[in-house]
Amino acid sequence: MLGKSARSDWLLLIIFSIVVLTAPITLAPIGAGYPDLLQKFAIFGIFAIGFNILFGLTGYLSFGHAAFLGVGSYASVWVFKLFTMNVIPAVLFSLIVAGVFALVIGYVSLRRSGIYFSIITLAFAQMSYNLAYSVLTPLTNGETGLQVRHLAPVDRGPDYVLKLVNEDLRWVDQALGIVEDGIPITNLFGMKMSGYPGFYFSAVLLIIAFFIALRISRSNFGMMLRAIKSNQNRLNYTGINTRPYLLAAFVISGMYAGLAGSLMAVTDPLAGAERMQWTASGEIVLMTILGGAGTMLGPFLGAALIKYFENIFSSINENILQTTFSFLPEPLQELFVTVTSLFVGPGWPLTMGLLFMLIVIFLPGGLMQGFSKIGGLFRREKKPQSQSEKPQAQDGGP
Amino acid sequence: MDAIFLQILNGLDKGGAYALIALGLTLAFGTLGVVNFAHGALFMLGAFCAVAFNKLVSLQQIVLDPTKTTAWGTPLEIKTPYVEAWFGDFGTFLINYSVPFSILVTIPIMLIIGIVMERGLIRHFYNRPHADQILVTFGLAIVLEEIIKHFFGANPIPQSAPDIVSGSANIGLWLGMGEAIVYPWWRLVYFAFSAVVIFAVFAFLQFTTYGMVVRAGMFDRHTVGLLGINIQKRFTVIFGLAAVVAGMAGAMYTPIYPPDYAIGMQFLVLSFVVVVVGGMGSLGGAVTAGFLLGILQSFASMNEIKSIFPGIDQIIIYLVAVIILLTLPRGLLGRKGVMED
Amino acid sequence: MSDKFNDFSRRSILKAGAASAFVASTPMFFISGANAAEYCNSPTGSTVTLGFNVPQTGAYADEGADELRAYKLAVKHLNGEGDGGMMNTFKPSVLKGNGILGKKVAFVTGDTQTKSDAARASAKRMIEKDGAVMITGGSSSGVAIAVQGLCQEAGIIFMAGLTHSNDTTGKDKRANGFRHFFNAYMSGAALGPVLEKEYGKERQAYHLTADYTWGWTQEESMKNTTEALGWKTTKTVKTPVGAGDFSQYITPVLNSGADVLILNHYGKDMINSLTQAVQFGLRDKQVNGKNFEIVVPLFSRLMAQGAGESIKGILGSTNWNWSLKDDASQAFVKSFGAEYGTPPSMAAHTCYCQALLYANACETAGTFSPEGVAKSLEGFKFDGLGNGATEYRAEDHQCFKDVLVVRGNQNPTSQFDLLEVVEITPRSQVEYDWKIFGGNLGPVNSKAC
Repeated sequence: MLGKSARSDWLLLIIFSIVVLTAPITLAPIGAGYPDLLQKFAIFGIFAIGFNILFGLTGYLSFGHAAFLGVGSYASVWVFKLFTMNVIPAVLFSLIVAGVFALVIGYVSLRRSGIYFSIITLAFAQMSYNLAYSVLTPLTNGETGLQVRHLAPVDRGPDYVLKLVNEDLRWVDQALGIVEDGIPITNLFGMKMSGYPGFYFSAVLLIIAFFIALRISRSNFGMMLRAIKSNQNRLNYTGINTRPYLLAAFVISGMYAGLAGSLMAVTDPLAGAERMQWTASGEIVLMTILGGAGTMLGPFLGAALIKYFENIFSSINENILQTTFSFLPEPLQELFVTVTSLFVGPGWPLTMGLLFMLIVIFLPGGLMQGFSKIGGLFRREKKPQSQSEKPQAQDGGP
Repeated sequence: MDAIFLQILNGLDKGGAYALIALGLTLAFGTLGVVNFAHGALFMLGAFCAVAFNKLVSLQQIVLDPTKTTAWGTPLEIKTPYVEAWFGDFGTFLINYSVPFSILVTIPIMLIIGIVMERGLIRHFYNRPHADQILVTFGLAIVLEEIIKHFFGANPIPQSAPDIVSGSANIGLWLGMGEAIVYPWWRLVYFAFSAVVIFAVFAFLQFTTYGMVVRAGMFDRHTVGLLGINIQKRFTVIFGLAAVVAGMAGAMYTPIYPPDYAIGMQFLVLSFVVVVVGGMGSLGGAVTAGFLLGILQSFASMNEIKSIFPGIDQIIIYLVAVIILLTLPRGLLGRKGVMED
Repeated sequence: MSDKFNDFSRRSILKAGAASAFVASTPMFFISGANAAEYCNSPTGSTVTLGFNVPQTGAYADEGADELRAYKLAVKHLNGEGDGGMMNTFKPSVLKGNGILGKKVAFVTGDTQTKSDAARASAKRMIEKDGAVMITGGSSSGVAIAVQGLCQEAGIIFMAGLTHSNDTTGKDKRANGFRHFFNAYMSGAALGPVLEKEYGKERQAYHLTADYTWGWTQEESMKNTTEALGWKTTKTVKTPVGAGDFSQYITPVLNSGADVLILNHYGKDMINSLTQAVQFGLRDKQVNGKNFEIVVPLFSRLMAQGAGESIKGILGSTNWNWSLKDDASQAFVKSFGAEYGTPPSMAAHTCYCQALLYANACETAGTFSPEGVAKSLEGFKFDGLGNGATEYRAEDHQCFKDVLVVRGNQNPTSQFDLLEVVEITPRSQVEYDWKIFGGNLGPVNSKAC
């Protein structure tokens, strides 16, 4: 299987890269072709792909992954504040911090499995959130969020109280003699990291992250993780200690989350505590299941879909609806606007809730199963005598 | 001393609420093996049964008074509740006691909602992975929330306890501890109510044949099925019962905490923590954990403790959950093999 | 495991490298020629787009809905439709009722969800995709500060909605951001004289404070004000945000010897803590021979509805209330009520004012450029927007005006009649030196984006 799929993997990677890199053009017609949303697609794609390494492969459902995202963001913003606005050190530092954080939490929580594991991770994440929101304000700037600020004055007198959440030092940039006009923005060796460049930076990291995830999934290590999912007891009986494998998967996916958090800070240098709330952890679970847990592309698709809903559906107001339905006669237009307005604007969560239900009821394998069903239809047209028509995942109720 | 006594009271009161919410969740899990993320929404629906009942009994007859106008120029509306116009004093009584009376409508409504939910949706998810159950019930919770928000708005809607129990009781005098200890009547009522409901659920499962069969089914569903008993039907009823317990907990909570459409999500995480700390599927565990966490939370909020551990009240529940789960692998009273795969 | 891990071989890395090189060469193509104007989102057609960024979901959805109603009304009035509302009373004003600078006002909306990340994402969509030239709205300080920072980076004017923290125009002030709403400092300063008159000089205050930045600043300003009156502070206790049940924080108040409870809470926390404090019989208590009192420094009528009976007789401050009798307030209430059937909230009022103030600044400056707008707003003195004579202070972009001290109405005549105005504290009493909160306005960002 490994050998055979090598070529199709490269094909997958190339197609994936093309799709991601041309997104600004291809997604423009559906209103998603602007930098911020594209960045979010890439960033949450990384997050979901990483989450899938843990959940999709091993079946361990973490409800606390948002904590790593938050830690990654805070780490990056601190690098911006203390050292340099260049994004490379920030990204690297975030990876390390998130990795260490994941190692500690993973070491503790992986002593349990099933729902007990989920609740322990949830508890850690909620503790991080509550602490970041209030108690650790000197480190996180609490509700307001940690931001890049003006430089502290150079000639600080002996009585000067330096508050690092409010004033920055940027030692490296200062040593290099970079002059700041107002509050500086993040850059990659001079190229600003907001807007489209920020998207391409995230997109390249997304492609690399996807590539690594693909390799992990195809490696013996990935096989071992899948074995843990299918029957951990049997592995234990054969004398294999599964904990190190699990811990490795946990740390890797924590680092993916940290990378995502870092990129959020890179494209928009602000880190807030709400990124670590349990709803944020829940969101990544939903993204992964929605797209198809355990598949390579599913989590990315799920992430993109949810972010699309959140940003585009929420922005549709009655004026827009009236223009959309203006081709209809007056009473019909009224009716359409009234009915549709329940599902857009303030009603966007309703649409998302319904979508979750419909997808999981009719497509247990997430969006990816939907695509393979559609793909199956086309194949059937070509080869009507094919036997493998029946969709695999029909394990509904008794 | 008084302070500690009051905090114990607070803890019991809080614990009663936690236990009541967690009870239904663990009941549904123990019988059907379903992780129900819509449980918080059931709590919320119960609260809104009380709100809707109150709105219904205080529906107002609107008479326009053309001699006065509002600030924007329309005639002023004079409103009198219909029930008062029709029944006089009884109407006033009904409005005053709307929260306890709303229990009477909450029970049948929640039973129907629970059974419909189980038959219509949950049934199809018995053999699906827990992740799928989470996703579908979470979707359902969002849908239910949005429906309530559409009709009732996003702001909390205050409900008042009956006048006779709206003040506070001087417990100190009863116990001969001086006048310093007072506690709101309604909280005492809520505590007593939760104790009664918890006791009733236990009695039902422990002392009736129906309950015995259900317990047998929780332990080994397959064998009970082989004995020719339609265990599925009974589990459906139990799910309805879980919905009723959650709904009543919500309805009675409204005078303490003005409900809004998101109140369910606020209790969801907490109730999961309580259930898991107690041990998945264990009723006794849920009740024990509810009281334990309630009391610990109350004590952690005391200034004397906060001055030693700053911010401990923010994290105490989660900290305790982690410690308990690391020392006791299946929570306080959990059985082996439940939810560990 | 080991041998497959080695498959991240030289070859694959080379390939990845080649791919990224290809990628790195593409972005320039998109940036160039995207916007050749001299400032960000300079309107070129016959319309000008404003971005209304309000919470449409979450705890503050009703306030957000009311803000949005106010914005839509303001757009109507600016475009010369409807009865004109406060445009008729606003002076000095150069608004003509033909849009702004002859361009018809259009708008886009977004959902902040009362979360900084969601609010910034929504604001960025308005800037990057919809071409909004100004962003306004918000219903919490965290969100306002986050979006203000974003607008500064992007070179867009931000007109803050409901944000009460000192930080918004204090240590987090930005040259592109302007706030019409009052702040925690002003609440404290305005409440002081009334508290002295109503409750005397010898009081023991107990603070319950929401444990985050806004709560802290509110507590600090209340503490300073009351201690200046001669009150003693018995204790200050921080409560977790969204605690829900406050019983464990309220019981210690009972026997603390305090005779005033100050609730530095807002939104749902305020509703719950106030409801529960009243249930604990605090208001029926006598301590030190005085009636026990509760004070809620920041009142919002929309939110107060959620506390029901409990708010009766409670003192607090507010930015504006619809029961005010001046011509401007009356005109606004009439216009809003006729349109929507309910009186406007203070959130709606501040948002409506912000929209008019922005439009007027553009007209005065003759341009939409942030630099021009900022110049005409800084130090702008005006009247006729419901708060009496008001000034946008140039040093910190904060409006200074009279502050209302209100009390929960004992005998409301309607469901909207929740607050009665006790006193209008004159502006001179709530003014402060802009330097006390620190921060740095920086230069106005008027660059192209």
